[in-house]
Amino acid sequence: MPRISVQEAVFDLAAESAALSAGRDDIGGIASFVGICRADDGIAAMVLEHYPGMTEKALAAIAAEAERRWPLTGCTIIHRVGRLEPGAPIVLVLTASAHRSAALESCAFLIDWLKTGAPFWKREEFADGTSRWVEARAEDEAATSRW
Amino acid sequence: MRILYFAWVRQKVGIAEEVLSPPAEVRDVAGLVHWLSARSPGHAEAFAQPRQIRAAVNQEFAQPDSPVAANDEIAFFPPVTGG
Repeated sequence: MPRISVQEAVFDLAAESAALSAGRDDIGGIASFVGICRADDGIAAMVLEHYPGMTEKALAAIAAEAERRWPLTGCTIIHRVGRLEPGAPIVLVLTASAHRSAALESCAFLIDWLKTGAPFWKREEFADGTSRWVEARAEDEAATSRW
Repeated sequence: MRILYFAWVRQKVGIAEEVLSPPAEVRDVAGLVHWLSARSPGHAEAFAQPRQIRAAVNQEFAQPDSPVAANDEIAFFPPVTGG
C-alpha cells in the first residue's frame, strides 16, 4: 500500500526513506524527489490550497498506476499545503524497487503526474501584500503526456 | 446538489460552497455552468471563460458533457498547479 499524506507539517526525508526499507531485504534502491519552494520574482511565500477528499483519492490513483506499471516494493507521496516560504520543501515522492530503473522511472512518472492530476492550487504572496494565483504550465501537461 | 469552488473560482464566486437544486434541464457539467452563471455577478465572472474552468463530479475529474445528478458533489476550479 502506498503511503499518501496531505499535510501542513514538514516531512523527514530520512525517516520516510528508512520506513520504506525497514525489515525488508528485497529492495535494491529507493528513488526520491523533493520539490522545494523557489523565490521566483521575489515571492515572499507560496500558499497551497487543495480539495480535501479528492486530493487523497487522486494521489492514491496515481500511485496505483505507478504500481501497475513498475514492480515497486513501496511508494510514498507527501504533499504539503498551507503557507510555505522559499526554501521550504513542498512535496516528497519516494519509490522503492528491487532495481534502480523501476525506482527512478516511477519516481519521475509520479512527480509529473501529480503536477497535472491532483487538485492543488498555488498562490504566490509578495512582500507588498499582493498575491497572484499560479497559472498551469503547458510544459507540465507535456511532461505528463510523455508517459 | 453540493457545489464547491476552489482557488480563484472561489474568490470570484465569493463563497466556498453552496447546496442547490438546479432544474431538471441541467443534466451535465456544461449545463450546470450555464445555470450557475446567472445566479450572481460573482458567478458570472467566475464562469466568464469556461475554458479556464475545470470540474470534478463526486471527486473525479469531469468533462463538460459529464452528467450531474441531484445528490452529486460538483467542484469547479482552475487548472491544477501542484507539485
